[in-house]
Amino acid sequence: MSLQNFRAIASIYKFELHRFRRTWLTGLLVPVITTSLYFVVFGGAIGSRMTEVEGIPYAAFIVPGLIMMAMFTESIFNASFGIYMPKFTGTIYELLSAPISATETVIAYVGAAATKSLIVGIIIFLTAHLFVDVPVAHPLAMAGFMLLIAVSFCLFGFILGVWAQSFEQLQVIPLLLIMPMTFLGGAFYSVHMLAEPWRTITLFNPIVYLISGFRWTFFGKGDVGIEFSLIFVAGMLAVCIGVIGWMFRTGYRLKK
Amino acid sequence: MASIIEIDGLTKIYPSGFTALKGVDLHIEEGEIFALLGPNGAGKTTMISIICGIARASGGRVTVAGHDIVRDYRGARSAIGLVPQELSTDQFERVIDTVSLSRGLFGKPRNDAHIEKVLRDLSLWDKRHAKILELSGGMKRRVMIAKALSHEPRVLFLDEPTAGVDVELRRDMWKLIGELRQTGVTIILTTHYIEEAEEMADRVGVINKGELMLVEDKTALMKKLGKKTLTVVLADPIGAVPPDLAEWNVTLGADGHEIEYIFDTQADRTGVSSLLRKLGDLGIGYKDLNTRQSSLEDIFVSLVHQEKAA
Repeated sequence: MSLQNFRAIASIYKFELHRFRRTWLTGLLVPVITTSLYFVVFGGAIGSRMTEVEGIPYAAFIVPGLIMMAMFTESIFNASFGIYMPKFTGTIYELLSAPISATETVIAYVGAAATKSLIVGIIIFLTAHLFVDVPVAHPLAMAGFMLLIAVSFCLFGFILGVWAQSFEQLQVIPLLLIMPMTFLGGAFYSVHMLAEPWRTITLFNPIVYLISGFRWTFFGKGDVGIEFSLIFVAGMLAVCIGVIGWMFRTGYRLKK
Repeated sequence: MASIIEIDGLTKIYPSGFTALKGVDLHIEEGEIFALLGPNGAGKTTMISIICGIARASGGRVTVAGHDIVRDYRGARSAIGLVPQELSTDQFERVIDTVSLSRGLFGKPRNDAHIEKVLRDLSLWDKRHAKILELSGGMKRRVMIAKALSHEPRVLFLDEPTAGVDVELRRDMWKLIGELRQTGVTIILTTHYIEEAEEMADRVGVINKGELMLVEDKTALMKKLGKKTLTVVLADPIGAVPPDLAEWNVTLGADGHEIEYIFDTQADRTGVSSLLRKLGDLGIGYKDLNTRQSSLEDIFVSLVHQEKAA
């Protein structure tokens, strides 16, 4: 841990947010439209034929899952791009030659990506209110959970961006791993709705614990206990921080 | 006083097993312009990359302004401005934003007056709100120099600053480097163009295959290794070199219209006057004489060839 160059952190953070502002229209409009579409399809068309899930109207039930899904994607995409692009264009030389520590670099890049991811999460939350009443049982826990998820997935995205050596590699993990895991992680259903052995198999998917935890902050109950959800988030944070620490110590794919 | 850059026993072995640097020792003095010459793959860029923190050394140590580049990387890097060989820029950003970012990255407080001065000096001020992708290649290189100068470095590394740059821009670049030197900045440049080193450098280092073959004051180097060629333009062409001239080892050129004689300017007797006397004795008339100093390029080529022969 070495924190001194706060000006560098602020400069990168500002520069990255500026990059997001340049594409604010697509950046913010896309989540709003996507969420609305989910509500029209799942909430309106299908949801009207569905009974309540554990006492919660289906349209409201899917809100936490939708927010999580968008935040996973946004966080990974923004953080991985943020560090991959300098590698790709070669501008990383400046970062490597600047008097800035690994910790400072990660705080700046992950901080900026997490900020954008949080904004998207909040926008989806607000958009959902246009369609359904969404009760929030534990508002503080909800905000805290969003923050933890944004930071964890941005750290994960940062690792991905350092690791990736092509645009294809950059895409492969989010599309082939995270997306299916999210869909199968109970974003649109409760794990209790599954029959055995699927219910047990599903419990090996870490995403289940994250979505369940976030749902708990809304409705006061989830598929698994909130304590398990917190353990999984903490575990993910710890693993990501560990991997990033190792990457910087060894110069993995950053330094020759 | 200690040198601004001290490199001792620097080695670099890549994971592939390729040895890019074989124990380089070099001290750079504050305020000088040092030219590092060498063919492609000689280790020039590797050396700069290690000093600036982009690559790791396999052995040896380097200090910049008294700061060890590993233990006290903040101190060392703060003193350095780097302009790499490749044109790498944030294409979609505006000139002024990317230059301001550089200053912040190096931990310097905002200073609009300084940024304006740098941009004006580089003729970029009018383009400050332009996106970088709208600029020409030469302008992009200026942006990279502006980024390096934005944080007021004491040492500036220019890795092949004029590679792929047209003649006019090259002249501009030389002028700029001359002006920078007035401000006391130490400049280390690598180049293929010998004339560039000849034009600007105070000292020249020649690196080949990871070894520093020579470091010398430019004028001393030119003097020491400097040979001159005397060309005698004959009044009437001759078919062969007369045997009487064997002593001077002259060669015949331009279809027998010229005689060329290479001599050492440092020798006690250069042999020029005796050669001319002999020509007179032999009745060979001449209408013009000229001498040419060998350039750094000739010196460089002969050095690299010696190495190959050895």
